[in-house]
Amino acid sequence: MAISDIKAYAHLTPEDVEALGRELDALRSEIEQSRGPDDSAYIRRVIAAQRTLEAAGRVTLFASLFPPAWFLGTGLLGLSKIIENMEIGHNVIHGQWDWMNDPEIHSSTWEWDLAATSASWKHSHNVVHHTWTNIVGKDRDVGYGLLRVTRDYKWKPKNLAQPAIYAVLALLFEYGIAFHDIDVSAVKKGKKTKERAAEQMREMWGKIRKQVAKDYVAFPLLTGPAALSTLTANFSANVIRNLWSNAVIFCGHFPDGAEKFTLEEYERETPAEWYLRQMLGSANFHGGKVMSFMTGHLNYQIEHHLFPDLPSNRYPEIGVRVREICTRYGIPYTTGPFLVQYGQTLRTMLKLSLPDAVLVRTSDDAPETASEKKWELRAVA
Amino acid sequence: MPAFRTAAGRALGIRARSLVGRLTHPLLPHDYLGLLNPLWGRELRGRVVRVVPETDAAATLVIQPGRGWTDSYTAGQYVGIGVQVGGRFHWRSYSLTSTPVHDDGLISVTVKALPEGFLSGHLVNGLEPGTVLRLAAPQGEFVLPEPPPAKILFFTAGSGLTPVMSMLRTLQRRGAFPDVVLVHSAPAAKDVLFREELHALAARCPGFRLHEQLTDEAGMLSPDDLPRVCPDWAERETWTCGPAPMLDAAERAWQAAGIADRLHLERFSVDLSGAGGEGGTVTFRSSGKTVEADGATTLLQAAESVGVQLPFGCRMGICQSCVVPLAEGSTRDLRSGLASVAGDRVQTCISAAAGDCVFDL
Repeated sequence: MAISDIKAYAHLTPEDVEALGRELDALRSEIEQSRGPDDSAYIRRVIAAQRTLEAAGRVTLFASLFPPAWFLGTGLLGLSKIIENMEIGHNVIHGQWDWMNDPEIHSSTWEWDLAATSASWKHSHNVVHHTWTNIVGKDRDVGYGLLRVTRDYKWKPKNLAQPAIYAVLALLFEYGIAFHDIDVSAVKKGKKTKERAAEQMREMWGKIRKQVAKDYVAFPLLTGPAALSTLTANFSANVIRNLWSNAVIFCGHFPDGAEKFTLEEYERETPAEWYLRQMLGSANFHGGKVMSFMTGHLNYQIEHHLFPDLPSNRYPEIGVRVREICTRYGIPYTTGPFLVQYGQTLRTMLKLSLPDAVLVRTSDDAPETASEKKWELRAVA
Repeated sequence: MPAFRTAAGRALGIRARSLVGRLTHPLLPHDYLGLLNPLWGRELRGRVVRVVPETDAAATLVIQPGRGWTDSYTAGQYVGIGVQVGGRFHWRSYSLTSTPVHDDGLISVTVKALPEGFLSGHLVNGLEPGTVLRLAAPQGEFVLPEPPPAKILFFTAGSGLTPVMSMLRTLQRRGAFPDVVLVHSAPAAKDVLFREELHALAARCPGFRLHEQLTDEAGMLSPDDLPRVCPDWAERETWTCGPAPMLDAAERAWQAAGIADRLHLERFSVDLSGAGGEGGTVTFRSSGKTVEADGATTLLQAAESVGVQLPFGCRMGICQSCVVPLAEGSTRDLRSGLASVAGDRVQTCISAAAGDCVFDL
């Protein structure tokens, strides 16, 4: 079973954990105090650049009958959508830029170029996932209700289809995200009314209709004879964005070393233990400035989970400090090259599509999940 | 039929904008136009055209308002101005000193740098022409009726003169100047805002009389002194603006004379950046509920204690589900200690009242 006693798992005393919490609080406050004009200039620059890129992509596609223009326009548009969703949208909706007190760049007003409404995302991601990170049965991002990403979940025959399900999810990721918050299983369990779910469906379709009208009707028609090639270009740009954002997001909590937790752990957790759970439950991957930018700084997943509302451009410097703290307290800091991390994620999904009978490890000591019993088991061995 | 053409043109404009809006969804066309010219953006903005020094400590900001500005403000109203300092927008309200019947489309506010006023100091000394500001639509009830009364008394002190200046300028441009007395106090001649203009107006305009009280030499003027400087004060419709003690005294004097209905007051908003006391009365205007909350109770808890359901999510300051705009007053972020003031958006799950505050919820 996943981790129920985080202190035992991390070999830390309650005093250690509280001291760790104080250090992280101090780090948070230090970054908050130092937010300033350079940071606000950064996000404004990114927003202006992204909108310019998008306009350039859309204009280029007027010539999309000409193959080089198709490739260029698709690339520009895909790039712009990735930046819009990841470095801008995800982070603005987290409230990372609310401190600027700018109503145009604010979590309460931001809407992004994605099938999911930012309101539904705020619930499914900011609330459910960031509060209950990796709590099996509580954090719906542990497999999104579709995938068996930890052997803490019982195997079901439908898991055999997992590789195919994942491929479809990755291609259509934005629609998966939009549908995720409706949470049909909660309706079945009676935790959510049918009326509420129907209302959410209406909101979702309203947004999807506008998104589809823009990318697959309005812009293609506007380019006249190039309508069909513009449509395929827009579709490709959306798919590029889906594949990339899916890969980045799946590297956050599914690689080896990103631990899962039980509800029991959550129920008696202190704020400092909450920090510790975020650190043990998240995984980073290496990346320089370009990689960090293109992932919305989600290669700093650990830092993002500790401080989801601090500006993303500060995560690299926060990362240096967090890593030092981890070394001092002997806490694992899970990271690796992107391809290795993504490879582990794919391997886990493939492997766990099979029943437990053919798996060697148990959920107390497996690559993708472990518990405090892992140490006893190893001592015995 | 010009009216029809205008209406049809407007309808066409709205239609075109909504068509373009389909292309820019989920953004607005103005989010892209704003890249070309910040005044064409989504929110109301203005560009500082020039900064005119008025006294040692005061300056007039002349502002070109951008798209969406209404020209229909009334003399005496104030406008919200948001200025970016250190990457963050700070909002304050200032009386407009320009006149709505002016035809160059510019507006102005006159700002006095207060010794402790962090933003007013920046506005007076640190603002470059060309700076883009945010603007909030003009508002306020401190205005002259239409038509203006025949006999008016303006009773002002310090920068309380600013809304009255807009009224005087408007009356003057209309040509028909009623019988107006201005009783204005300032420490010394060098501190009197618009001094030359006022004296020139008094010399030129027979209907306008100016009593200038220079308090460093002549002492403070109390309402008891009014019969001396303006014998018919009680017959005049009066507009008064200045420091709180002066306004309180005026309120008492007019009440004592049984003519409280002839007195119009404009109180300066309290400088909230210095709000020291924690906790206060939290009012939820739309719900009609009020609650006393101490400095350790979050606004979310305070709301729930009186049955007001605010949006919330994680209840620990990470998810932003609970962010709502603060209508009046001041709150404090319990984590960082940072204050928020009216117009700011606050995270209710980790903020507490810092003095009385009001939400339109």
